[in-house]
Amino acid sequence: MSFKIVVLAKQVPDTRNVGKDAMKADGTVNRSALPAIFNPEDLHALEQALRIKDRISDAEIYILTMGPPRAAEIIREAMYRGADGGYLITDRKFAGSDTLATSYAISLAVKKLQPHLVVAGRQAIDGDTAQVGPQCAEKLNIPQVTYCEEILEIKEDQLIIKRRLERGIEIVKCKTPLLITVHSSAPTCRPRNAKLLMKYKHARTVSELVEETKDYTEMMTNKPYLRIDEWSVADLDANVDFLGLSGSPTKVKKIENVVLARKDSVTLTPEDKDMDFLMKELIDSHVIG
Amino acid sequence: MENFYKDNPSLKFHLNHHLMEKIIRLKENNFADKDKYDYAFQDFEDALDSYDKVLEIVGEICGETIAPNAESVDHEGPKLINNEVIYARGTQENHETLTKAGLIGMSLPREYGGLNFSMVPYVMAAELVSRADAGFANIWGLQDCAETLHEFASDEIKQEFLPRFNKGATAAMDLTEPDAGSDLQAVQLKATYDEQKNQWFLNGVKRFITNGDADISLVLARTEPGTTDGRGLSLFVYDRKDKALTIRRIENKLGIKGSPTCELVFKDAPAQLVGERRMGLIKYVMSLMNSARLGVGAQSVGIAEAAYREALKYAYEREQFGKPIINYPAVYEMLSVMRAKIDASRSLLYETARYVDIYKSYSFIQEERKLEPEERNDAKHHTRVADALTPLLKLFASEYCNEIASEALQVHGGTGYMKDFPVERLFRDARITNIYEGTSQLQVVAAIRAVGNGAYLKLIREYQEQHVKPEFEYLQHTLIELTDDFEKLSRHVLEAKNNELLDFHARRLVEIAGYIIMGYLLLQDTHRDQQYRKSAEIFIRKAKTECLSRAEFIRSFEEKNMGTYKITWD
Ligand SMILES: Cc1cc2nc3c(=O)[nH]c(=O)nc-3n(C[C@H](O)[C@H](O)[C@H](O)COP(=O)(O)OP(=O)(O)OC[C@H]3O[C@@H](n4cnc5c(N)ncnc54)[C@H](O)[C@@H]3O)c2cc1C
Ligand SMILES: Cc1cc2nc3c(=O)[nH]c(=O)nc-3n(C[C@H](O)[C@H](O)[C@H](O)COP(=O)(O)OP(=O)(O)OC[C@H]3O[C@@H](n4cnc5c(N)ncnc54)[C@H](O)[C@@H]3O)c2cc1C
Repeated sequence: MSFKIVVLAKQVPDTRNVGKDAMKADGTVNRSALPAIFNPEDLHALEQALRIKDRISDAEIYILTMGPPRAAEIIREAMYRGADGGYLITDRKFAGSDTLATSYAISLAVKKLQPHLVVAGRQAIDGDTAQVGPQCAEKLNIPQVTYCEEILEIKEDQLIIKRRLERGIEIVKCKTPLLITVHSSAPTCRPRNAKLLMKYKHARTVSELVEETKDYTEMMTNKPYLRIDEWSVADLDANVDFLGLSGSPTKVKKIENVVLARKDSVTLTPEDKDMDFLMKELIDSHVIG
Repeated sequence: MENFYKDNPSLKFHLNHHLMEKIIRLKENNFADKDKYDYAFQDFEDALDSYDKVLEIVGEICGETIAPNAESVDHEGPKLINNEVIYARGTQENHETLTKAGLIGMSLPREYGGLNFSMVPYVMAAELVSRADAGFANIWGLQDCAETLHEFASDEIKQEFLPRFNKGATAAMDLTEPDAGSDLQAVQLKATYDEQKNQWFLNGVKRFITNGDADISLVLARTEPGTTDGRGLSLFVYDRKDKALTIRRIENKLGIKGSPTCELVFKDAPAQLVGERRMGLIKYVMSLMNSARLGVGAQSVGIAEAAYREALKYAYEREQFGKPIINYPAVYEMLSVMRAKIDASRSLLYETARYVDIYKSYSFIQEERKLEPEERNDAKHHTRVADALTPLLKLFASEYCNEIASEALQVHGGTGYMKDFPVERLFRDARITNIYEGTSQLQVVAAIRAVGNGAYLKLIREYQEQHVKPEFEYLQHTLIELTDDFEKLSRHVLEAKNNELLDFHARRLVEIAGYIIMGYLLLQDTHRDQQYRKSAEIFIRKAKTECLSRAEFIRSFEEKNMGTYKITWD
């Protein structure tokens, strides 16, 4: 049985190891000061895909990422762990895309690939919205199963999946094609494999090849699996109105530094007065809102 | 992300040694695999880059998986259930992770699923794993057995066993018996050939066998009834699938608790002969033990590195009398001497690995074609030096490892004696390194030959020819003086023609050679990179006092004084 999987993965600044210069004076993330890494939950997503491949011999896994040219790094990272290849969606016209525009672009790319299954992480550690996966599913008009922890059964036309919810687990059956988002309680990804690393370390996108001092022509001809495809707006037949700033209804109104300070504890009664007080507190301290 | 490779620039420094080009070219047999395997190296730069990147994987697994598991593995240990050794949970995870990363069978040729790595990066991986968990390093390091099969076994055996390593098979080396420890010639486990079944069978007991319940075991056994020495011993390979082994117990021991040390009973266990009869001990096990000694050298450096890091961190954090204890001369001297000993033993480790690499590659090339006369000389030279350096490395690295672990505990004061900090585990783990794979005393027995036949002196004189920057000439002068004296002292002892006297002074002589050799290696390192300057100065200053005290002892000693040391027991 053939089974094609697309894993959505994002390169993110490592916000878990934030140093002094992590934020710029204007309150935005200083991306250059933070190492770029594979979004952690996307590694969990990749592991789920790899486990399917462990079980079905002719499953194929492709990484799909949207980002700047250097995001090709995470495609290689995924190949060192067992992915068969990857596609990088990159174009200046994508700059400024919010989650809606991002999912629009990603969903066009997924359509081109026609997979049985799309696996996304639950959430990215920089944007933190957890919207891209579900939005893609909506745009593709396929079912989505969020918070996946384990795939219990795989058939070409159907999957049985265990979801991790706040108060327990849920087992669901779902027809393919579908999209799942993977929770961090699922197993972490296997390590990079030495042989795969040595096989794929020269994998390059066209943009990267331009920057190389070494001549890759012969290698790329002899080893076509080293080519990482890049897709631009034109390749995706995308409508530019839905991309970038113009395609992004989210507008940043103001950015504020928030310092959470612990105050004395208060006791509340279940009365409207106190509830109003609590809501006001939470909004003031930016916990919600 | 903890990465034990990236956080220690000394490894990359040794990886970038100028001899690596020759080592890689020989190991890769001029890149013969280039178009046969998609992961084979294209050229020297590609190979070195791959070594570097693969070591980064090792470093990450060590920092993120193996080291964090070390404490629970030490507590939990392996268990014996229904004649089966069950590893601690952390041990299982470590093994699975390294298997998935393709890091078992690292030095095996690609045709058997290996990575065809040379000894230098393989030994580096061993150092890294040992720094993370020395007990686990044994289980992982027993992949050395694959190398022995590759070197000496028949094609059928190679085809049957070698591809299993990269898929995660574990191995054991079954040599020691209750009455055959240091003296392996006394091995009694019986191998008998059954003509009808056309099969060898093993019967007898093995003791202190690391990972005794392994998938693949190499067993030293007596095939020639009536013989009593090493020439009656042959080597066998036993497959766990045959289930003819009883594991009598797992030893309860001081350190490396995650590594199961087993007592085994073979009862009519079918096994296959490796190579030729009677060559078991004198050729194959000698070769196996030489790689294993290199492995213990790496293990010792790894434990020492871990202990030093713990001590350094603690010395900066702990305050007494109003300031961090690192400010007291007694404390900073301990730490800088630890650092110097680690730099010295690591340098000896990779120097030895390079010699082993070169002679091993020649021996494989020799199976395919006749060596040119100059290649033959080169091979002979490297074999000789490797044989001389291996016991020296095992001796010094393991003794230093113990000293460093002990001093690291000392830096921690009372806290170091408690189970709350990792240093007490490192201290316990260190203690095995100068015992197994031949005790320090037995390393001296092997190394003294290189004093007798002049191998050390020849090597030292070669080192002496190498260029030093003017600002380090004074250090070189010290080493030259020590060498001249070493030459006189060796002659003095050898000319007495008294074997007992030679044995008596053997350790002193071997150690003098060791101090000079490591002194030179640090001088060469400093020549390449200033970061070793302090260690070179500290080490050579120490070398001088150590050598002078030994020289004084030997000079003022007369043969008749030996009687004073003979103890009676009543
Ligand atoms: C208010 C707001 C304003 C923004 N403005 C800008 C802006 O001006 N310029 C700008 O560059 N960015 C901007 N972004 C960031 C960008 O839109 C998001 O980072 C991106 O859409 C992904 O959303 P997320 O990080 O929340 O991912 P999530 O939705 O949390 O990610 C969930 C999963 O979706 C998948 N996924 C997410 N992003 C990608 C990707 N790029 N490629 C492949 N898979 C992916 C992964 O599997 C991931 O685990 C903005 C985001 C927000 C919320
Ligand atoms: C944790 C552990 C794991 C082990 N793993 C393995 C394994 O995987 N496979 C295996 O085959 N073996 C293994 N061994 C056995 C190990 O190699 C032996 O314990 C070691 O070689 C010493 O032998 P012995 O214990 O019999 O000591 P003995 O040989 O009895 O030595 C006792 C003392 O006498 C000294 N001595 C002996 N002979 C001489 C001499 N000629 N000159 C000077 N001094 C001498 C020794 O240095 C030592 O101090 C392991 C041992 C331990 C403790």
